[in-house]
Amino acid sequence: MSPAERPLTAMIDPAAGPPDCTAYERAGGWQAARRVLTAMTPAEVIDIVTRSRLRGRGGAGFGTGQKWSFVPREPASARRKYLIANADEMEPGTFKDRWLMEGNPLQLVEGMIVAAYAVQAGHGVIFLRGEYHLACTRLQDAITEARQRGWLGEHILGTDFSFDIHVHSSAGRYICGEETALLTALEGRRATPRSKPPFPQTGGLWGAPSVVNNVETLCNLPHILANGPEWFLALGRGEDGGTKIYGVSGRVVRPGAWEMPMGTPLRQIIEEQAGGMRPGYRLRALLPGGASTAFVDTSALDVPMDYGAMEKAGSRLGTGMAIVMDDRTCPVGMIANLEHFFAQESCGWCTPCRDGLPWVERLLNAIEAGTGLEEDIDQLVRHTRMLGLPGRTFCAHAPGAMAPLASGLKLFAQDFAAHITQGRCPLRHAA
Amino acid sequence: MLTADPPLPATVRAEILALAAAELHPRGAAVAALRLVQAHFRWISTPHLREVAELLGMSADDLDGVATYFNLLFRRPVGRHVIMLCDSVSCWIMGRERLCAHLCRTLGVKPGETTADDAITLLPTVCIGHCDHAPAMLVDDTLHGDVDIPTLDRLVAALKEQP
Repeated sequence: MSPAERPLTAMIDPAAGPPDCTAYERAGGWQAARRVLTAMTPAEVIDIVTRSRLRGRGGAGFGTGQKWSFVPREPASARRKYLIANADEMEPGTFKDRWLMEGNPLQLVEGMIVAAYAVQAGHGVIFLRGEYHLACTRLQDAITEARQRGWLGEHILGTDFSFDIHVHSSAGRYICGEETALLTALEGRRATPRSKPPFPQTGGLWGAPSVVNNVETLCNLPHILANGPEWFLALGRGEDGGTKIYGVSGRVVRPGAWEMPMGTPLRQIIEEQAGGMRPGYRLRALLPGGASTAFVDTSALDVPMDYGAMEKAGSRLGTGMAIVMDDRTCPVGMIANLEHFFAQESCGWCTPCRDGLPWVERLLNAIEAGTGLEEDIDQLVRHTRMLGLPGRTFCAHAPGAMAPLASGLKLFAQDFAAHITQGRCPLRHAA
Repeated sequence: MLTADPPLPATVRAEILALAAAELHPRGAAVAALRLVQAHFRWISTPHLREVAELLGMSADDLDGVATYFNLLFRRPVGRHVIMLCDSVSCWIMGRERLCAHLCRTLGVKPGETTADDAITLLPTVCIGHCDHAPAMLVDDTLHGDVDIPTLDRLVAALKEQP
């Protein structure tokens, strides 16, 4: 694909390191920020982003322009407002934001300037997961350089708009990716999610209007503002515009991440980009967009990877980072591993999640160990309803945890039954 | 260990106060301050936690709620080096269980424990976002991907040598 067709990663060159301000500008950077700050009103920026139909790339897929539109409209100087980049990339199987931040941190800085101007926020925070040491250093360096060049700070480009960015290095908790838990974490509290309303746009960090956008979402903004919403829409193959960072992990020839048109089918991503399965392994099923998306089998390989089509196929686009299950990996063991993650990472605030997930994990471990009973399956199915239906838990953590379990119980019913009747794992996980 | 713990050095206290001053409310610096203490002392002891709480204007219990919430904040002593082996799904598929068993045998510890010579603590960790190079792990702040048993043996030998 030509660089114009992959705007988010065009400037990323792992061998050369991230571009500095000069190289970034030479390759087309800062155009959008300059135009937005000097020639556009915040309402015009929101209008363009709304018309581009950009949707959140963190997993939930909420319309970015719509999200911004709920922020009270006052100039940045009149009221404290926050623009927060959600860089707490902790969805198992997901490593796209790390690539964007390590490869071109200034692109995120520029995206944040555009977003902050649109909602008139004076304060920016990058909420970065604690394990991303290299990304942290590169972001800090990029912010320092941008500040020296006058792209951050007071009266940017001599305008009335002032904005600066602070990097918050977190200390590891999956739930911080949930936007209200993220805000609670920034306030130095145990990061439990908050009830909505108030929504962050009106009562967020320290009670101030706050917008939380995913890193990949923010990185799209300079390109949308520089090239227009029509250009962005034309990049996608289906109903959604733009490109998407897709990825594949598991037993494929070349695990990795690639920027491709939104709506590229899984088959193309797995066969052309990831080089297909490793010799001796067959593709059996996959989680299309991270650990909290439902399993799909090979019949979904030609479904476009976009928000609507993946939902029709019974799963979700999620983060767009697929985890491949091969024919020599035990589905029961794999689901037990997933539920261990969700049980451990539950914040413990609400009972169904805090007590239900460890129980699910125990049942799955028993089945995998060969000591499971037939009624354990009914118990698991009951949990997929008790924890999985919307509204039964405080946030989306438990429903996310139930997505691979509910779909897995259907898709791999024979494997579950074989574990119970044979009293052992028929597919002893061979590493 | 608790009674032998020296008070926080004046420089660390000053850094914590500066972190707190940069926030709208001092407690916003809680995680950053605890990470700073850990960077100096490897873990966060109760006397240190109390000192930080006082500097941030929080109760010690309130701050302990934060300290015990996050995976990367250690409220128990760890060794000179910490190996965090990813235990999430992509690494599990790619054979992290075998690596973990090998490390446990080599080090003579179970996950969560520290070697007798205080050199290495072995901890399981959730997905570290390096799934294209699974199995992956962090050794202190350094990321290692495509880890196999010879890599582990080399790394462990090198860590044991380091002070």
